[in-house]
Amino acid sequence: MAVLKVKFTKTRRDKLAQILWILNWISVVTGVILFSLGLFLKVELKKREELMAEKDIQYVPNMLIAVGLIACAINFLGGKICYDCVDSTKFLRWKLIMLPYIVCTFFFTLCVLVGALMCYSMHWELEEALDLGLMQAMRFYKDTDMPGRCFLKHTVDTLQIQFQCCGNSGYKDWFQIQWISNRYLDMSKKEVVDRLRSNVEGKYLMDGVPFSCCNINSPRPCIQQQITNNSAHFNYEHQTEDQNLWMKGCRQALLEYYTHIMQSIGLTVLITWLFELSVLTGVRYLQTSLENVLRQGDPDSESDGWLLENSLMETARIIKSLGKSNQINTANNGDPNIDVPSTSKAHYGPDNVPPKEKMETS
Amino acid sequence: MALLKMKFSQQRRVRLAQGLWLLSWLAVMCGALIFCLGVYLKIELLRRDEVMENTEIHVVPNLLMMVGLASIGANWVASRVCQDSLDASRFPRWRILLLGWYAVAVLLCCLLLAVVVLSYALQGRLEESLKVGLRNGIRFYKDTDVPGRCFQKETIDRLQMEFRCCGNNNFKDWFEVQWVSNRYLDFTSQEVKDRIRSNVDGRYLLDGVPFSCCNPASPRPCLQNQLTDSRAHYNYEYQSEELNLYSRGCRQALTDYYMGLMNSTGPGVLSVILIQMAVVMRYLQTAVEGAMALESPEGESEGYILEKDVKATYADVKAKALDLLKFAQVDPASEAAGAEEGEKADKATEKVATTAA
Repeated sequence: MAVLKVKFTKTRRDKLAQILWILNWISVVTGVILFSLGLFLKVELKKREELMAEKDIQYVPNMLIAVGLIACAINFLGGKICYDCVDSTKFLRWKLIMLPYIVCTFFFTLCVLVGALMCYSMHWELEEALDLGLMQAMRFYKDTDMPGRCFLKHTVDTLQIQFQCCGNSGYKDWFQIQWISNRYLDMSKKEVVDRLRSNVEGKYLMDGVPFSCCNINSPRPCIQQQITNNSAHFNYEHQTEDQNLWMKGCRQALLEYYTHIMQSIGLTVLITWLFELSVLTGVRYLQTSLENVLRQGDPDSESDGWLLENSLMETARIIKSLGKSNQINTANNGDPNIDVPSTSKAHYGPDNVPPKEKMETS
Repeated sequence: MALLKMKFSQQRRVRLAQGLWLLSWLAVMCGALIFCLGVYLKIELLRRDEVMENTEIHVVPNLLMMVGLASIGANWVASRVCQDSLDASRFPRWRILLLGWYAVAVLLCCLLLAVVVLSYALQGRLEESLKVGLRNGIRFYKDTDVPGRCFQKETIDRLQMEFRCCGNNNFKDWFEVQWVSNRYLDFTSQEVKDRIRSNVDGRYLLDGVPFSCCNPASPRPCLQNQLTDSRAHYNYEYQSEELNLYSRGCRQALTDYYMGLMNSTGPGVLSVILIQMAVVMRYLQTAVEGAMALESPEGESEGYILEKDVKATYADVKAKALDLLKFAQVDPASEAAGAEEGEKADKATEKVATTAA
């Protein structure tokens, strides 16, 4: 009882082979697209490497790149096979390879699906990485004289300007770190010394933010210092003022940006997966119908094509028994010659036949 | 004595036609690129419309777009001519059009040259227009509550951050303008009152700049206020500090940007291709016409640029032009002579009639 049996005339087989040839070449193009999407994602993640902590998120673009390359190779081979399948003599060349090829491609499509799902699951790891990375970057904002960290100020400033965000979760994050280096603090002034003494760790904390947090759309010139002090500025109320600085946190802004990219890429990979699956189905039908033609002997006759020769249960049993026949029976210490019941058809009579009496000698 | 005569066998004629066909498609691509360049330049100029006072500079992108479209059309026609040139039955209908095509090609070359010249000549006008526009922008920076000017602050801030510039010529332009609105000034404070009294127009001027002038590449947090006072900030020297703010003026930045866009090599390349095409087309035309006049169309024919040499051609053209002019005038002397002859003929027929009768 074959699964999804379809009859194929000669012309239908030829048409199927031609269509599959074209579809395989289209799949090569989609493989290239997957590869370039993976490359794009890798470049985007590398650009903001300084703002992400050391989490292993590079596996997603690496997977996409690998899948794209393998898709190109597999579909190129598939195209060649389908091109040759129009001629049943050429099919003999590929006959033995086709079944392993189909099995490999089936597992490969599973990899594509896994790749698509990974795109959506990267979200949580990315959020953690960004949280830690931004916290570190803001902490080292003032260290422009230390090699290895001297560009963090520029990176954070351009990030806040470009993504229109301020701080990690909000602008108040800047109140909890010292973002002005000691090089620019006049230690002889009383006010500076008071501030340094007023907290346990001796940090110069202030309720001010860097200039890159300033909102362009504000109607009034930017208020960066003494943000929580309403009396320090004329006509200013800290609680109701929401246009002065960027209100969004940079973690959320970056996450939204990357999620948008990942969702588009994930959708493309899913569509590619469906396409590959349909091409695989076509190749399976082509293989089974051509094999049946060879079995029947007449290359121009009709033949059946199917997905599986027997039903799913039977196929599972066959695979299991294939696995079993490879196992050795360990009851007899591995020696297959002991206690094997005779199953041969030739029956040589019972075993306990007394020997013939010797003929009486004279 | 033809000018630059060359012999063309059938094979060479075919090669000539094919080469010209390829060249014409290349010219179509170039024309499309020129059109796109014109569109891009126009969009960029329109984006910064608010800081420009007049639109004189727009003539450059308009010309580029027109020339691009015209060259696409003309070169498509040239490719059709090439396709038909080897077919003796279809070529004659293009013959008349070819003279017009040469004229169009020459016109396009002249226009492209004009574009290049204009882009250099209008640089001064562009700078003037930017100077006035930026000055107004900086002056109305504070008027975020006046309709029609409320977006100036955002425009100037965005411009300064995007082009990494500050002020018109440099950051000191901000010291001469009141860029903090009176709505945000506490008039009860002594400091504010002193400042306003200290200048003739009653404006609140300070030696500070808006936040959009700040340079993110500076190693220290941005200093925006009391810039000229070296003692107001620790470890700060006004004269030697150059990383704190953007040092370039926005007029210079914008001018450099637009000059860079306009001085691309596109128009030059296209005009060279057009001139080459005109020469090759002339050879193809004369060679094919020569071949059609032969008894055996597969044989050799001659191709040239001009049938006679330059002097003779000039004399020919002059004579033709004068003929055309003369044809329009009525010649009185020849009319009188013609009338006399007509009378003589009448008299002769009368005589014959009377003698016969």
